[in-house]
Amino acid sequence: MAQLRTLFDKIWDSHVIAPAGQGTYLLYIDLHLCHEVTTPQAFEGLKLAGRKVRRPDATIAVADHNIPTSNRKAGIDEPESKLQVDTLERNVVEFGVPYIPIDSINQGIVHIIGPEMGLSQPGMTIVCGDSHTATHGALGALAFGIGTSEVEHVLATQTLIQAHAKNMLVEVNGTLGAGVSPKDVILAIIGKIGTAGGTGHVIEYAGSAFGAMSMEGRMTVCNMAIESGARAGLVAPDEITFEYVKGRQYAPKGAAWEQALAYWKTLPSDPGAHYDRKAVLDAGDIAPHVTWGTNPEQTAPITGRVPDPAEIDDPLRRAAVERALQYMQLKPKTPLVDIPVQRVFIGSCTNSRIEDLRAAAAIARGRKVAEGVRAMIVPGSGLVKHQAEEEGLDRVFLEAGFEWREPGCSNCMSMNPDRAMKGERIASTSNRNFEGRQGPGAKTHLMGPAMAAAAAVTGRLADVRELG
Amino acid sequence: MDKFTQLTGVAAPMPMINIDTDKIFPAIHLRTIKRTGLSKHLFEEIRFRPDGSENPDFVLNQGPYRQAKIIVAGDNFGCGSSREHAPWALTDFGIRAVIAPSFADIFYNNCFKNGLLPIALPQETVDKLMDDAKKGGNAVLTIDLDKQTISRPDGETVHFDIDPFRKHCLLNGLDDIGLTEQQGAEIAAYEQKTRGSRPWVFDLTQKAGA
Repeated sequence: MAQLRTLFDKIWDSHVIAPAGQGTYLLYIDLHLCHEVTTPQAFEGLKLAGRKVRRPDATIAVADHNIPTSNRKAGIDEPESKLQVDTLERNVVEFGVPYIPIDSINQGIVHIIGPEMGLSQPGMTIVCGDSHTATHGALGALAFGIGTSEVEHVLATQTLIQAHAKNMLVEVNGTLGAGVSPKDVILAIIGKIGTAGGTGHVIEYAGSAFGAMSMEGRMTVCNMAIESGARAGLVAPDEITFEYVKGRQYAPKGAAWEQALAYWKTLPSDPGAHYDRKAVLDAGDIAPHVTWGTNPEQTAPITGRVPDPAEIDDPLRRAAVERALQYMQLKPKTPLVDIPVQRVFIGSCTNSRIEDLRAAAAIARGRKVAEGVRAMIVPGSGLVKHQAEEEGLDRVFLEAGFEWREPGCSNCMSMNPDRAMKGERIASTSNRNFEGRQGPGAKTHLMGPAMAAAAAVTGRLADVRELG
Repeated sequence: MDKFTQLTGVAAPMPMINIDTDKIFPAIHLRTIKRTGLSKHLFEEIRFRPDGSENPDFVLNQGPYRQAKIIVAGDNFGCGSSREHAPWALTDFGIRAVIAPSFADIFYNNCFKNGLLPIALPQETVDKLMDDAKKGGNAVLTIDLDKQTISRPDGETVHFDIDPFRKHCLLNGLDDIGLTEQQGAEIAAYEQKTRGSRPWVFDLTQKAGA
């Protein structure tokens, strides 16, 4: 009998070119996504060595991290940001890499546009110099973040030298309760397994909760696989996946579609395949979550309280919680719903797709952003923005007092003018609550889009289920 | 890439878990097209006060630790983003090895591309080395990559494990793009075979753009 294999094993096996010695393998990369932050030094390296891009037809570039999300026509004000984007634009011309210009409707966050344009497909290996590349795993692809040296390696050779990661299964069974979103699912998972719970592993998310989840929801979950330390996260391709991919701009068409579909259907893990680690959660137990600390495992149901370090035995863990509470300026045992916010950010590669905006709009409709709160909605791409405007969501947000912005990474991190003011407390749909991530001294609470909208209209962390 | 063979230097204790890449190198400074001179932003938020002066409580601002070549840290060092600016900033400061119970995968990979040696050891061993590191000017450790040993100030020797391929590349300062290019024929053969079996992944982005 043939060996039983997981989805990850199957994608891995079909991309191994040759052993590279001593437990490593030369792995072929099908799709390489590039942005302006992690590629300049890689292109410089190619130039210095006189190397070319081996497969421009498997490479695509877009600027997203540095891009202002208002008044695009004025260009980029901040000189460091402008230099990085100009450098990308020069490099794509010099190396013949396809590029999505800033004024294109296809421009957006690299992890939003890959699936949206049909570039990211099941069974592929996909890399990007960005840790949130696991997003594309939602399509049943092996997608992972790499450093700039590896970006250069892929540009030059279309391969990477890799060791086989271990397999981990995270199963969520049952039905999510009302007001509970995919973001709550991934925060609950990270809360359970920890920020290093997936280190050295590729996580397959499975179980009936994922079977019932939309593609966009699966992307939100896979996006944050890295926040539990995993090399990648993925979901087996199924009818929901095929329906999502079909007809997209760069998806296979006609006979190629039929051929691809037949192949994709062979990818799901064999029943009984071996996983090195497993974690199981009950969907019914998952409440809307928010983070209270400075890494994504420091999370709790919104009905909970800020933890008390005095109740933690392990000295290093206790010190970490003390440090987090000091940075976040939170007192132990404070009810989470009593924490006021000054800023709300709905966007990022985690939660800026049309379903996210619909969920936020459902809460914003007929309400007003609380006094003293600045709230911004940043669609993930030009196409998402266009769709939202077709549906009238922009008007819902504007009438409620939210800002309606142009697509980009925005306030997820502090590389563009949307960064938070010193010390501001933010309800954010992004993926990282590290110290200083959203701006120097900024205090981040991660949550889903409806929860962030609820924070905007109440001026504090709020349980979306109470807003109805 | 710089070779790594032997290293003797002061070890700085950083007894914190989950030292993330934003802590090592804040996102706001990623707006550079260079990989050199990045140490000025290393650990910026904890190393400097809001007015830009040094925070005297931070270990790398203290006496002999200013010359530290080694960091001893808590679990899950380097978690978070894929930014290679983190190892670039560490090596620019003079750090050539980090010792911790565990590392985040991408950071760990990135270290080896930059002549920076990450050493994962059991917690109790890290605890001993952390105690050594707290001895200030006497906190000198010697790391021998070939022998895979760390010599403590009291003379005891600690063994560490490392992937043989990575060890080989570090010891010899090998450029792994050059190594991979030697397998050009295999790569081309793989591409030809895959054009038959999965033709839809070829010529994929060519028509993309405006």
